[in-house]
Amino acid sequence: MSIPGGSSAHGAERFTSAFGRRVGGGTFGAVPVLLGLLAIWITFQILNPHFLSPRNLSNLSVDIVGTGMIAVGVIFVLLIGEIDLSVGSVSGLASALFAVLNVNFGMPEPPAIVLGALCGTAVGFVHGFFTAVVGVPAFVVTLAGLLGWYGLMLSIMGAYGTINLDDQGLVAQLTNYYFSDVAAAYALAALGTSGYFLIAWRDVKRRRAAGVPTRAPVWIAVRTGVLAVLAFAAAYVLNQFQGLPLALLIFLAVLVILDYVLRRTAYGRMIFALGGGVEAARRAGINVAWVRTSAFMMSSTMAAIGGLFLASRINSVSQTSVSTDLLMNAIAAAVIGGTSLFGGRGSTWSALLGVLVIQSIASGVALMDIQTAVQFMITGGVLLLAVVIDTLSRRAQRAHGRA
Amino acid sequence: MARPSAPPLLALSGVFKRFGAVQALTDVELEIHAGEVIALVGDNGAGKSTLVKVIAGVEPADTGTLEWQGRPIHIGRPHDAQHLGIATVYQDLALCDNLDVVGNLFLGREITRIGVLNEVEMERRTRDLLATLSIRIPDVHRPVASLSGGQRQTVAISRALLGAPSLVMLDEPTAALGIEQTAQVLDLVERLRERGLGVLLISHNLGDVKAVADWVAVLRLGRNNGFFDVTTTSQEQIVSSITGASDNAVTRRAAREGEL
Repeated sequence: MSIPGGSSAHGAERFTSAFGRRVGGGTFGAVPVLLGLLAIWITFQILNPHFLSPRNLSNLSVDIVGTGMIAVGVIFVLLIGEIDLSVGSVSGLASALFAVLNVNFGMPEPPAIVLGALCGTAVGFVHGFFTAVVGVPAFVVTLAGLLGWYGLMLSIMGAYGTINLDDQGLVAQLTNYYFSDVAAAYALAALGTSGYFLIAWRDVKRRRAAGVPTRAPVWIAVRTGVLAVLAFAAAYVLNQFQGLPLALLIFLAVLVILDYVLRRTAYGRMIFALGGGVEAARRAGINVAWVRTSAFMMSSTMAAIGGLFLASRINSVSQTSVSTDLLMNAIAAAVIGGTSLFGGRGSTWSALLGVLVIQSIASGVALMDIQTAVQFMITGGVLLLAVVIDTLSRRAQRAHGRA
Repeated sequence: MARPSAPPLLALSGVFKRFGAVQALTDVELEIHAGEVIALVGDNGAGKSTLVKVIAGVEPADTGTLEWQGRPIHIGRPHDAQHLGIATVYQDLALCDNLDVVGNLFLGREITRIGVLNEVEMERRTRDLLATLSIRIPDVHRPVASLSGGQRQTVAISRALLGAPSLVMLDEPTAALGIEQTAQVLDLVERLRERGLGVLLISHNLGDVKAVADWVAVLRLGRNNGFFDVTTTSQEQIVSSITGASDNAVTRRAAREGEL
């Protein structure tokens, strides 16, 4: 392969060949879920003109955060080829712990928040120990966790029933604070777009300096352009209502940071390696037990943080905070967004896309005042479709290899 | 073909290995010189894989003398072998299907700066290595799951070569490959020899052995059962040595000539 010439015709040709390779190689990326999201939005907008209103979209952007945070953690576990069924219970446990410590024992919010999150980390360590060291299948360990941590949460909450959080507190502000200054949302959009462009451009320069083929500049320009349009459109819509929600800002920051960890660090490479072949990872000298345990710790910690956001949304914690929907939605979001159930393929961004699909369906159904039964059926259908796409793309990749 | 007089890269003598009641290796000896391809052949259970594991440090020998470039050494664990410059490619390749070629080559020894991957440098070194070995991989960013069996084998061998070893052991590299892919891998083995590496090639396919090996070492029931010059030995002689049908006056003389 030669060093890139840079003529636009050449770039365009490489652009199409890169696309063909992706489809041929069986990695569809985010294309199916983006198309699906578009179809869902158009359908609900036709059925109810309020669906794409700034108010509804702004609420949607806050509603996705709690489940989305949990889904990000689930992605770590899915990437190593395991499953975590306990995330719903753990999120409930963490929010219950926080509420009891803060409201009933009068502990200040910051340490209570940290303890809530660390409680998730500890739970993940327990799951990891039994899965990675003892060797019990993760399905069973986390199923036991689903029951056990739910029981612990009930016993913590037992004496109190429902605990209302402080309206003006830190946790309450998580989902209730908006940067009402119009500049905030636009600044974030500009920052995200230019940041993406600068990183991509620096990569091109470093590759040229090293004499390694680069991504076609056209490709970077197209992607930056698409990102800019989406980001500024989102900023515009959010500014039509109350501005940039703090929750969305935190969620996006978490996605960017964890995406960086997964794709650009040695630790992230180990996570992917485990999903691609445990034996290969072991022989390459990777401490498999530790990496596995760390993935469960990530999952449970993110579940705990997600639990705090969910508590913030309703400003209270109760014994019914844990619903089976939550677990199913978090896992479904990760899978719908494009993270493989078979391990080794996925990205943190699939949490955002997947949870957007799920919450859009929920929101659309609520707006139209139809039964939640319909919502379950639609979500189930979408999930099945996502897994079918995942399975087919995996099979296409194998067939590609045999050819 | 005369063997070079310089001290061998690796010399084994009097190697014994026992697994419980099974005597896997009995008084085995073997010499591997730089720039030589030695084929290790034998029936199932003859001790080929055990010998490779002894050299690789996975299953150290019970007793026996190992010399590396004339110096006595001890290989007690895989790290020792790697440190000497012995690389092993096992039959199951041990690749991560979801990672691309670069990711697999550098798995477990990524080039990082404060924990952050230096992708550019890793890719540059990958391309350099593939180019020097004349390996054609259409796209080093493709997951290895979508590569052909022959390409996967060459990726696994390249991975072993990344640490610049002096001796490469290949366990049945062509067992699962078609004709064209086998040819690719055999070409690669020849290139390793041209670069002055010692190669120990385990194979069941005597056609492959005749094509690339310089010497054939036969193991039978855990013992040496002949060491032949490929150019002067017929396939029948090797086969009868593998199966044990060779224990007659004619083959004994031939074997003696091979050793002289």
